[in-house]
Amino acid sequence: MDDIYKEYEGKIPEGIIADVQSSLPDKVSKAQLKSIMQKVLEEYEKSRIEAGEAVGLISAQSVGEPGTQMTLNTFHFAGVSEFNVTVGLPRIIEILDGRQNISTPMMEIYLKEPYSKGKDIKQIAESIKQTEFRDFIKEITLEITEGKLDVKLDLEKVKRVDLSEAKLLKIFEKSVKGFTFKQNGDMITLKSKGKSENVNELYKLKEKLKSLYVSGIKGITQVLPVKREDEYVIMTAGSNLKEVFKLDYVDTVRTTTNDIHEIQAVLGIEASRQAVINEVNKVIEEQGLNIDIRHIMLIADIMSFSGKVRGITRYGVVSDKSSVLARASFETPIKHIMEAAFVGEIDKLTSVVENVMINQVIPVGTGLPELRSTIKK
Amino acid sequence: MAEIFLNGKFIGTVADPGKLVDSFVEERRKGKLHYSISIYHDKTLDEVQIESSRGRAIRPLIVIKEGKPMLTDRHIEQVEKGELTFFDLVKQGVIEYLDAMEEEEALVAFDENDLTPEHTHMEILPLAIVGLCTSLVPFGNFNQSTRLNAGSKNQKQSLGLYAANYLVRMDMDVNVLHTPQLPLVKTIMHDSSHYENHPSGQNVVLAILSFDGYNMEDAILLNKASIERGYARSTYFRPVVTEELRYSGGLIDEVSVPDKDVKGFKSEKDYRLLEGDGIIFPEAVIAEGDVVIGKTSPPRFLSSLDEYNLTSSARRESSMTIKHGEKGVVDFVLLTENSEGNKLIQVRLRDQRIPETGDKFTSRHGQKGVVGLIVETADMPYSASGIVPDIIFNPHGIPSRMTMSHLIEMLAGKTGALSGRYIDGTPFEAEDHNNLRKELASLGFREDGTETFYNGRTGEMFKAQIYVGDMYYLKLKHMVANKVHARARGPIQLLTRQPTEGRAKEGGLRLGEMEKDTFVSHGAALLLKERFDADRTIVPFCEQCGLVAVYDEYKKKSYCPICGDNCSVSNVELAYAFKLLLDELKSLGIYPKLKLKDKY
Ligand SMILES: [Zn+2]
Repeated sequence: MDDIYKEYEGKIPEGIIADVQSSLPDKVSKAQLKSIMQKVLEEYEKSRIEAGEAVGLISAQSVGEPGTQMTLNTFHFAGVSEFNVTVGLPRIIEILDGRQNISTPMMEIYLKEPYSKGKDIKQIAESIKQTEFRDFIKEITLEITEGKLDVKLDLEKVKRVDLSEAKLLKIFEKSVKGFTFKQNGDMITLKSKGKSENVNELYKLKEKLKSLYVSGIKGITQVLPVKREDEYVIMTAGSNLKEVFKLDYVDTVRTTTNDIHEIQAVLGIEASRQAVINEVNKVIEEQGLNIDIRHIMLIADIMSFSGKVRGITRYGVVSDKSSVLARASFETPIKHIMEAAFVGEIDKLTSVVENVMINQVIPVGTGLPELRSTIKK
Repeated sequence: MAEIFLNGKFIGTVADPGKLVDSFVEERRKGKLHYSISIYHDKTLDEVQIESSRGRAIRPLIVIKEGKPMLTDRHIEQVEKGELTFFDLVKQGVIEYLDAMEEEEALVAFDENDLTPEHTHMEILPLAIVGLCTSLVPFGNFNQSTRLNAGSKNQKQSLGLYAANYLVRMDMDVNVLHTPQLPLVKTIMHDSSHYENHPSGQNVVLAILSFDGYNMEDAILLNKASIERGYARSTYFRPVVTEELRYSGGLIDEVSVPDKDVKGFKSEKDYRLLEGDGIIFPEAVIAEGDVVIGKTSPPRFLSSLDEYNLTSSARRESSMTIKHGEKGVVDFVLLTENSEGNKLIQVRLRDQRIPETGDKFTSRHGQKGVVGLIVETADMPYSASGIVPDIIFNPHGIPSRMTMSHLIEMLAGKTGALSGRYIDGTPFEAEDHNNLRKELASLGFREDGTETFYNGRTGEMFKAQIYVGDMYYLKLKHMVANKVHARARGPIQLLTRQPTEGRAKEGGLRLGEMEKDTFVSHGAALLLKERFDADRTIVPFCEQCGLVAVYDEYKKKSYCPICGDNCSVSNVELAYAFKLLLDELKSLGIYPKLKLKDKY
């Protein structure tokens, strides 16, 4: 039996051979297996793209056309305001452009048992969320005449988080070096140590205090525990995959983010290729559209084959095109032509765009085969 | 503490903004402040906005106090008698103008039945909710709002009598409808805007029916006999204008029949309609290529000497001719002088437009469509009483668009035509269509407006009852005669050698970037190449330096201007536009070298 499988190795992908192996009934004769494998090979060959098919352009058209039907709205999460997600065409553009800073980074944090069943879910969620000092301030007043800053704390709020009042004050005190620190109940008074009562400095301090990091994971601004089937998942606004993976109650296998560059930094290029596919597919499904996944896979391959994610822009994959004319026809033609001229680039006219420009037969489809004959002398 | 802004600029603060707004409005109602100044307290931002800037839309409303309108029967009586004017009522604080911001805080009642003590204002007339054009849609309140918008937009494009003095005007691209009519189903806006002085449509008998598929996708069918009786005929006017321009050096354009030795002389035939003064005579029948105004201009460049010596022969032909695809009759010739003192010649052309396949028509309900077929009267379906509809409208246009007013107008129009009166279809205040149904029944017709119809070709009775009625139909200014265009071969541009663009220049139809992509994705490489062969050229190239070589016609030999005679020159087939690109690169100081090698 194995020798038959061996025979087809290299002709059929391993995955398909494994599929055949696992789905075969127990009693199969050698002859039967042979004919099955032959049939599989035929089907496999049949389903392959033919030489000369313009796959890239077909992918572009297949993604581009449904793109015109997409809605442009951002979508709001139920319940929590300021928790919105970029969807539709803007999101697709964002992914395919390979933007470094996406407009609405988000995470889906899966948890290990027993937390995934709802144990301490509220506390866990709150502890992930980045808290800033402003969350604990009731009022902050700048007394210009006396050169002091009065900070009124909201002690009620301090109690709610997994954080002691003393710890909070310690963080606070550390950050106000150079100022006298006086506490009186919930009122804290700050005064400049230096003789010069610099109002400007106090104002800067006031702004700095507001965004003083206290606890949680940096970058995560909102958390929302949701029940998905029979387990709890924490959705977040803001993303920090590296720090979240360090938490011991997090299921690192399934936890993910929508920031492709972050995935690349933490998990590598293969993961980010898959992330591109998943993210694009998510948008397409949300919009109720139907695009064959192979088109998206091709785009993801193009974006990631160099080892790092690059967008489909003139700085990204387009800059790789070997043809000067093709690059010039995309965007900023003069720049491309001048740069090519400086180094004396040669355009070999091997691709579609440049051949259309000079009105020659394009090397695609019927333009691919050539007729050759030897002339007898 | 609320901040106060005057026309968007901060001017101060106020402790009690509510009181400020109240007293402000009170003063305005007394007439102490101008009625167009608006005030608004934004409670969420705690800001008071006072606006007096121009360009705001303001609209009048009746002021309501304690659930009672300030406008009394006494006021109306006085206005009717002419003792008071509308603006007297504004000055008395009976009527108030609100802008969009102030309206935000107002609670406006639709009519007196809706009034509650909370209301602050009331509509003068429910119709005042919509604008002038929308008020012209009968039974418009039965419609979806987008259809109302479409309906009023279409009315603006309809042909009619746009100005009573059109015969002495020189308007660009205008149409006048022959025998326009007043609609059978009117709104009060038709009366108050004196629609009878400038009607823009005709009443037709409309049947809602499919017919052989020629009225699919919103198309309509026209009865040929209706057209022959003169339905929807119109005249299209277009002026041809030119002036005798003065140039530096005392040179001037000259309107005259050009001499044969003028540069660019067309042919004797093209000038045949010109009279001695070089201008065409009225009522001349003209077609494409004919000269309307003969004109010559001085030479463009005066630098070379020989042109100085032969001044007369060097003049250029610059006559005004009829453009590609146009025809007509010369209607009117006007000779005058423009503001610079130059002689100005205007020739107005006229062309009768008989409805044809492709002309655009619409009802007043946003139900526009083009003529799909002009049906022989003998083939038209007819009713039991022998009525043959003028237009057949496709029933599929109704359900998705939900233009109920279209259906009601048909019923109302039918009742009006049969009873010999105009029907009031003013939105919100129209005659009750239930009463119209009863009236129709009393006139001997089926009350739902349907009738038994027969197939015009076979004489068979249709199994379904057909909805027929009278309707006001408009011919829109988009006529195929101004738009049809096709080209196989034709003029090309001088610079790129590609086909010209646009109908007027008999241009080609552009196969653009995305259209090109469809050929590529089908793999139709050779077809694509053929399609782009319009500017194909064969250019000799020097194999040594890779630049364009020269073919010497006398010596029957190619040579390279750089490398001389001793280099091999090959002919290369390429797009002329690409050769142009290479030339432009050279002008940038870039050396575009072609490295040639045999293809096979
Ligand atoms: Zn040369």
